[in-house]
Amino acid sequence: MSWYDKLLQVDRRWIFLAIGVAVVVPFFVPLGLPVIVTEPVQGLYDAVESIPPNDKPLLLSIDYAPATLPELEPMALAILRHAFRNDVNVIVMTLHPAGYGLAERAVRGVAEEMEQVEGEDYVFMGFTPGVSAPILGLGVAIRNVFPEDAYGTPLDEIPMMEGIRNYDDIPLAITLAGWSAAEAWIYFAREPYGQQVGAGVTAVMATDYYPYLDAGQLQGLLGGMRGAAEYEVLIEREAKGVKGMDSQSVIHLLIIVLIVLGNVAYFAQRSARRKMALEDA
Amino acid sequence: MRRQLPLTLCFIAGVFMAVQYFIPHWRVQDVYDRFLTWLQIIFAFAFLLGTVSLVKVHYHKIRNRAADRGFSWVVLAGLGSMIGLGFFAPGHNDPGSPFDMMFQNVQVPIEATMFSLLAFYIASAAFRAFRARTLEATLLLIAACIVMLGRVPIGDLISERIPEATRWILTVPNLAAKRGIMIGVGLGMMATALKIVLGIERAWMGGGD
Repeated sequence: MSWYDKLLQVDRRWIFLAIGVAVVVPFFVPLGLPVIVTEPVQGLYDAVESIPPNDKPLLLSIDYAPATLPELEPMALAILRHAFRNDVNVIVMTLHPAGYGLAERAVRGVAEEMEQVEGEDYVFMGFTPGVSAPILGLGVAIRNVFPEDAYGTPLDEIPMMEGIRNYDDIPLAITLAGWSAAEAWIYFAREPYGQQVGAGVTAVMATDYYPYLDAGQLQGLLGGMRGAAEYEVLIEREAKGVKGMDSQSVIHLLIIVLIVLGNVAYFAQRSARRKMALEDA
Repeated sequence: MRRQLPLTLCFIAGVFMAVQYFIPHWRVQDVYDRFLTWLQIIFAFAFLLGTVSLVKVHYHKIRNRAADRGFSWVVLAGLGSMIGLGFFAPGHNDPGSPFDMMFQNVQVPIEATMFSLLAFYIASAAFRAFRARTLEATLLLIAACIVMLGRVPIGDLISERIPEATRWILTVPNLAAKRGIMIGVGLGMMATALKIVLGIERAWMGGGD
């Protein structure tokens, strides 16, 4: 068997092992690769940065599920740290049923770390069913969608919600989702109400949102773990996003090497077969 | 009547939701608010419907002694335990409650792991199937390699032209293609919505005409 046949028939478990090593080793031997900030991420950062402190709140809709948590949770943590650092109040909610526990753990974790007080610095609304209905409903009246927070406290009894009625009182809404929630926020919040919207999505989905970014319908876009890493660099608090970049760099290089090797072996095999066919003829 | 009533309701609701956008009068907006609330209630019932459907499917598998009924037992046990913990265990779904611990320590790692398996299969598929057999496939391969490198810090390190090329690919050909697709999908959605509201498209009722 020639080298190209052996290569093309390699057991895929060797490839799985290579990927596993490529993921794990950089966590123990960090490469410290610098992360350069791109325009879409800078746009979202600037939008959050422009919110005046102790004034109107940021609305953060944590719409991801456990499957996309590794990519999107670093974004949530970075945005929350940014908002709390700037004394910007945050309303946290979710449109995904599995997002309740994830949203709660994100906001409570960062709030505890940065000594933020529930009801004064942030409020957790919990989950609400539907997609179009609650997004449209928030534009009419927040209290129509969330009469009380996730723990049963009426919004009228929450200090930071005083005077916050609808999108007119929310300078920016950010959705973090591994499904089409960002589109829903653009269709049902941005267009009918003029609400400023930002989004964080998985790397695979990010390419779908460049038209919205280009048209100004999104203030900014975080794409995948790279987006989270860039945001962490901007807030000068490197965490899981930046840490994951070393592994991601190695894996991307490895996949490119595998593609090149596969093609080299394929063309070598094809050339050899053509030669044999000509000789037989 | 069985078909006329849903068609009539669909028509009234569809026309109202379109027309209300242009009528700021408070009476119309009040009806619109109620519609939004009803919509959320219907969504909530969809969860109940999904749960009942799931239980029915797996119950039948167990009852008919299907070959993979063991997995059905696992599904029903998981469903039952989480429902039980959520409703009856101390703390319900508060942080630190048994429900929350099961969610954070079992469901979250399992779902994240399942999704992470994709990375391994993608690498294997890229090695076996990504071939530059035609001009289009070659262009796709080159673009994919540039974007893969450009989206990680190592691309910035190799050359500043790589992230520049990545940005160009994402903001020019990708954007143009996506825009074309979105316009097509948008027009299709409008046409389908009109057909549903006007009762021309009736597949949603089941059974066709």
